[in-house]
Amino acid sequence: MAEQDWKTSKRTFAAVSLPTLFWLIAFFLIPMFIVWQYSLGEKVGETGFDFSGTLDNYKRATEWLYLTIFGKSFAVAALVTLICLIVGFPVAMAITFASEKWRPWLLLGIMLPFWTNLLIRTYALMMLLGTQGFANKGLGALWEGTSWLKTLVGLQPLPTWEPVQLLFNNFAVVFGLVYVHLPFMVLPLYAALDRLDRSLIEASLDLGAGHFRTIMRIVVPLAAPGIIAGVMITLIPALGAYLTPDLMGGTDSQMIANVIERQFKKANDWPFGAALSFLLIYAMFILIAIQSMRKKVPEVR
Amino acid sequence: MTEPAKPIIQIQNVSKRFGKVTAVDNVSLDINAGEFFVLLGPSGCGKTTLLRMIAGFELPTEGRILIDGQDMAGIPPNKRPVNMVFQSYAVFPHMSVADNVAYGLKIAGVKGGEIKDRVAEALELVKLGGFGERMPDQMSGGQRQRVALARSLVMRPKVLLLDEPLSALDAKLRAQMQFELSELQEKVGITFVTVTHDQDEALSMACRIGVINKGEVAQLATPSDLYEYPANRFVADFVGSVNIFEGKLTLDEPDKAAVDCPGVGKIYLNHGVTGPHGADVWIALRPEKIYLHVPGEGKAVKAAAQDAPDGYNFARGKIKGMSYLGDITLFEIELDGGARIRVSRPNLSRHDQEDFTWDDRVSMHWRADSPVVLLG
Amino acid sequence: MALFARTPVAPLEYSRTLWMRLWVGAVMVFLYAPLVVLMIFSFNDSKRNVVWRGFTTKYYEKALGNDQLVEALINSLTIAAFATLASLVLGTLAAVMLWRFRFPWKGAIDGTISLPIIVPEICLGVAFLMFFAAVGWPTDLVWPFNLGAITIAHITFCFPFVTMVVRSRLASFNREQEEAAKDLGASEAQVFRDVLVPHIKPALVAGALLAFTLSLDDFVITYFTSGPDTITFPVKVYSMVRFSVTPEVNAASTLLIILTVILTFIALKAQGVKAIAETH
Repeated sequence: MAEQDWKTSKRTFAAVSLPTLFWLIAFFLIPMFIVWQYSLGEKVGETGFDFSGTLDNYKRATEWLYLTIFGKSFAVAALVTLICLIVGFPVAMAITFASEKWRPWLLLGIMLPFWTNLLIRTYALMMLLGTQGFANKGLGALWEGTSWLKTLVGLQPLPTWEPVQLLFNNFAVVFGLVYVHLPFMVLPLYAALDRLDRSLIEASLDLGAGHFRTIMRIVVPLAAPGIIAGVMITLIPALGAYLTPDLMGGTDSQMIANVIERQFKKANDWPFGAALSFLLIYAMFILIAIQSMRKKVPEVR
Repeated sequence: MTEPAKPIIQIQNVSKRFGKVTAVDNVSLDINAGEFFVLLGPSGCGKTTLLRMIAGFELPTEGRILIDGQDMAGIPPNKRPVNMVFQSYAVFPHMSVADNVAYGLKIAGVKGGEIKDRVAEALELVKLGGFGERMPDQMSGGQRQRVALARSLVMRPKVLLLDEPLSALDAKLRAQMQFELSELQEKVGITFVTVTHDQDEALSMACRIGVINKGEVAQLATPSDLYEYPANRFVADFVGSVNIFEGKLTLDEPDKAAVDCPGVGKIYLNHGVTGPHGADVWIALRPEKIYLHVPGEGKAVKAAAQDAPDGYNFARGKIKGMSYLGDITLFEIELDGGARIRVSRPNLSRHDQEDFTWDDRVSMHWRADSPVVLLG
Repeated sequence: MALFARTPVAPLEYSRTLWMRLWVGAVMVFLYAPLVVLMIFSFNDSKRNVVWRGFTTKYYEKALGNDQLVEALINSLTIAAFATLASLVLGTLAAVMLWRFRFPWKGAIDGTISLPIIVPEICLGVAFLMFFAAVGWPTDLVWPFNLGAITIAHITFCFPFVTMVVRSRLASFNREQEEAAKDLGASEAQVFRDVLVPHIKPALVAGALLAFTLSLDDFVITYFTSGPDTITFPVKVYSMVRFSVTPEVNAASTLLIILTVILTFIALKAQGVKAIAETH
């Protein structure tokens, strides 16, 4: 049924719309506007601020140092998204085609980490990846085993095991971001695959295509909206990630969010921080615009 | 038939269980090359599972399936010489009609020029010539089904499997497609195996019908044999409309038999049954095989039948219900013995439905070769 | 699920193929191993986290005896409770508005409502920091009013999620039900209570769970919004993790994980896995 014109029942419309609109304006648009205003102004003394309409803050953001950080953040986010897609796609397939009995439990298995505190999950991963953690212990045992096998066949044993640095570097940031964002990718992929008419897959197999070709030619194109949704849902938070690079990264693993934080908590340069924030927001808008320009896949049942 | 038909599909002792549920129970049947075979049964009887096992989407729990003499065990669907038209048609929505039809050929490695010719030919065959550039969402349900047909036929399969091909079409289109499918099958000469729950569809299209009930083959016969000589109560009841009376076999000789049915009386047959004397049997009698007498006509018929007393059965009763269906009128009659019987009467003239009304006392007769004796 | 299939695998039973099982199993290990290790080592009788030295619950006693930590946890739960309640009301109203009415600027308003989901947390945090500084929000209020700023920030990023979940549920609502209720004499308000709310109930449960966990989970926005004296659980844990990794953190984390699991199961008990899963 068609939507109702708001004029036909103004009181009900006011009752449902005014609280929402008030909240959006007072506690979202106005704060965002303040940030935008700051980004076009300059600092006066230690705490003062002058709205001068200058673009200096944005100019400063195009300095090589910040450009590399932006570039690096994009690269990390893109890599994380790609890994999540590769790891998550088979999981989503497995959930979709699992038996009625198992599907809810597999879904729950993906959703429970999604609901678990991000900080706790990051901390748990740090414990595991530390130089004295289990990941290193496991690698050490593998190393010793290989060394022992080599002596067994009469070769030189490997040099003694030195714990590898798995934390506080770029590897840790990517690993950590994949860890926290994987459920974000799996759920929209599952939703898209679940909607897919199974007889389309069967028809492809029936016409002689193998499983790989069926996935590439039929499943992926038809699940494209879900894949893109999954990519966006992973890419956007990964791009703005603060906690993981902060806790797990090294000195050279700073991402945009960490630089923004520094302007507010340490450097006390609010206008520049505001400009960086808005650049990040613009980047999101560009990503979303690219997504919405995509050709729509017709849905036929 | 001059030569014994060669089976293209042999289903040998096939069972399929899903957990505790037995969908297909020890089915054996042969489908001959070039025939239009229909698997008919109520929903959930296992007929679709059987079809999907032939296509390779389900694997038999027991037994084997041979296509053209080759055991299909371990052969995936994409390597089987059969193609399927799905109930939902499963036309790929992101490909044009021509790309849909070309899909299988491309995978088979057919050359570009030949693909073009064969796609055009297949689209022509299903009367979709010139529709190649259309996208599936620009087509009606009936047209999408033709795309699915062309997409399968272009592969020149040994067997074409059709899963409820007409169920999504409206009544008029369905009647037309029944006819077209038969015509198409004759033209291409490919074996068609169709699954349906619609008896009209089965009777009108099939060379042979396999009626499936609860995972088992209830009867395997030509359409007319199925209708006129049902093998059991299930088939008699499922195919067409029927009166079924329970009774005891009281007379059984080579050229005549009689069954005593409570509520109806003695029903005479002009052939032997070769069942044990006194056995419980059932009589199946089709409503259109009963002749309802217009008031006054009964006596004359009875007199005319004097010289062949065993050739006719007579009964009297009271009309309890009537429904006028245009071409025929259906009567529900309570016999003097107490049983209810359904009788249909063609409306040969415009005023035929005025001959009877509720609570009329009527008499009727049916030939002694009309009832079918069922042992199970 | 046995690792090796007893019956042959049919073409579409992807989840029964061996490599799929290994893949899913590996992913599950990847997702859960860190959490399980964390929980096990919260009972480890050692200051260092890595070697098992025997069972103890002393770190739980220590964590629960840590006044700051307990206060932070109570603050977090209070904020989450208020934010959830307000988000449910606001989110549902917004969903009904967008579903029911046609009005000018609808596309723009629709887009703006989903903006807080898209805008990176760090930007929202910065915005609230500047906003509360600009309006001179008092920082010396008594409990629970000192949590007001954080709660407002949380409501802003939680309610669009509720809107999203409720709206997708509303899309499956059969408007003839509403007409039938009116035909039988129900008023607008009765229709809402007797027909609409029961229909969207699974979405309300899912939305509440989502809002609660999002609020409880949030570190970045809270980090920017909280005054010097208001501390929440993630902020406290963050400072503990920054400075020293102690089993006390493990114990506190384990308690929160258990809380999450309990909440999840309450939600599932109320609505079933499938209904909850479908709303995501």
